[in-house]
Amino acid sequence: METNMKHIHTSFQEAVKDINDHSTIMVGGFGLVGIPENLILALVESNVKHLTVISNNCGVDDWGLGLLLENKQIDKMIGSYVGENKEFERQVLAGELEVELTPQGTLAERIRAGGAGIPAFYTPAGVGTPIAEGKEVRTFDGRDYLLETGLTADVSLVRALKGDKHGNLIYNKTARNFNPMMAAAGAVTIAEVEELVEPGELDADQIHTPGIYVQGLIEGQQEKRIERRTVRTHA
Amino acid sequence: MAVEMDKAAVRELIARRAEKEIESGYYVNLGIGMPTMVANYIDNDKEVVLQSENGLLGIGRSPYEEEVDPDLINAGKETVTASIGAAYCDSAESFAMIRGEHLDLAILGGMEVAENGDLANWMIPGKMIKGMGGAMDIVHGSKKVVIIMDHVNKHGDPKILKACRLPLTGKGVVDRIITERAVMDVTEESLKLIEIAEGWTVDEIKASTEADLIVSDELMTIQSNT
Repeated sequence: METNMKHIHTSFQEAVKDINDHSTIMVGGFGLVGIPENLILALVESNVKHLTVISNNCGVDDWGLGLLLENKQIDKMIGSYVGENKEFERQVLAGELEVELTPQGTLAERIRAGGAGIPAFYTPAGVGTPIAEGKEVRTFDGRDYLLETGLTADVSLVRALKGDKHGNLIYNKTARNFNPMMAAAGAVTIAEVEELVEPGELDADQIHTPGIYVQGLIEGQQEKRIERRTVRTHA
Repeated sequence: MAVEMDKAAVRELIARRAEKEIESGYYVNLGIGMPTMVANYIDNDKEVVLQSENGLLGIGRSPYEEEVDPDLINAGKETVTASIGAAYCDSAESFAMIRGEHLDLAILGGMEVAENGDLANWMIPGKMIKGMGGAMDIVHGSKKVVIIMDHVNKHGDPKILKACRLPLTGKGVVDRIITERAVMDVTEESLKLIEIAEGWTVDEIKASTEADLIVSDELMTIQSNT
């Protein structure tokens, strides 16, 4: 019997099995916040190569997507800011890694558009800058806009706070970031959730990603490393 | 007579002056670096909502150690708190707010600004490109874009130019420039000098600015003391 219950993975290795050499993947997160930590670790272990990775950043040298870089699994990176990572710089300068820098809002919208069946859209971001090279410019109401294309992926790896077995997801605070759009833009989306619950346990009015976008889930313990711990001291 | 100031004093002077751009009721995006410092000087009487483009409308103060939440950061990836009445959103939504011109003000840093309002602040050819982050979207998204930066670079050369030499972040996007020496508005004709810091003469400002400056009839002294 067909069911709307999603595949609940029991190992992270099995959860990333749809990712092969030359796959295009999206990985949620902003900096190290909201990254699917264990799915990334499993991908490092799988040793698949020649990946195209779409993610806002590329981790740091010893964590997150930086681990994939270190293991030379990425051929091409599409992101908006990659300045936290020395190995990234080394591979780009050595010609080992191709990078496509995209303004952050354009990146978010390209992913949103991809998941929503919109092949391209116009945006003012980047008009008259180096990123406009080779792109169509069109004028609306006297203002110039660039044509940017939607993005999709073979597999999207996202992280949520809670997920139910129908694939409905709820994120936590700024760990939401790129995860909802990526969930929709992946042909296959795997969600690493901090807590997996039964259908009906989540308030349907509070769900951020409806389950239709999610193909598989797995529960994972997060380290949640902090890049810039900024605190105030008690007076 | 030119004024010698250390780096920290320059940053504080600029940040305090930039605070005066913020009006009560505004939604504001503060860029990474010196612009983030402006938040430290916002007048307690002003009710302001700070937006962080990763997906937070309502940045609060820095957390105490025991309040640190690794899932709660600003666009500079620093741990923050959320203000009372804050809202979280995804990054497509946060840039819809920006691109849709719902923000009243953005205060950003700059490497070069040209007299026509062009801004360069993201890459130096020959150096490793780190990426533009959200800057290219933000410069098109706010009702007013204010650039805060040092008046000249570390070699003493002008950063306010007739035309930018560095690759642009945005074309004709800047409304106002605030430096430790002057405040200038981008106008149809050229840059208009509207405020000048104590200890500087108009001639000295002109000499350290490549762009043509029109001097306002109502030229004032920069008020940055609180």
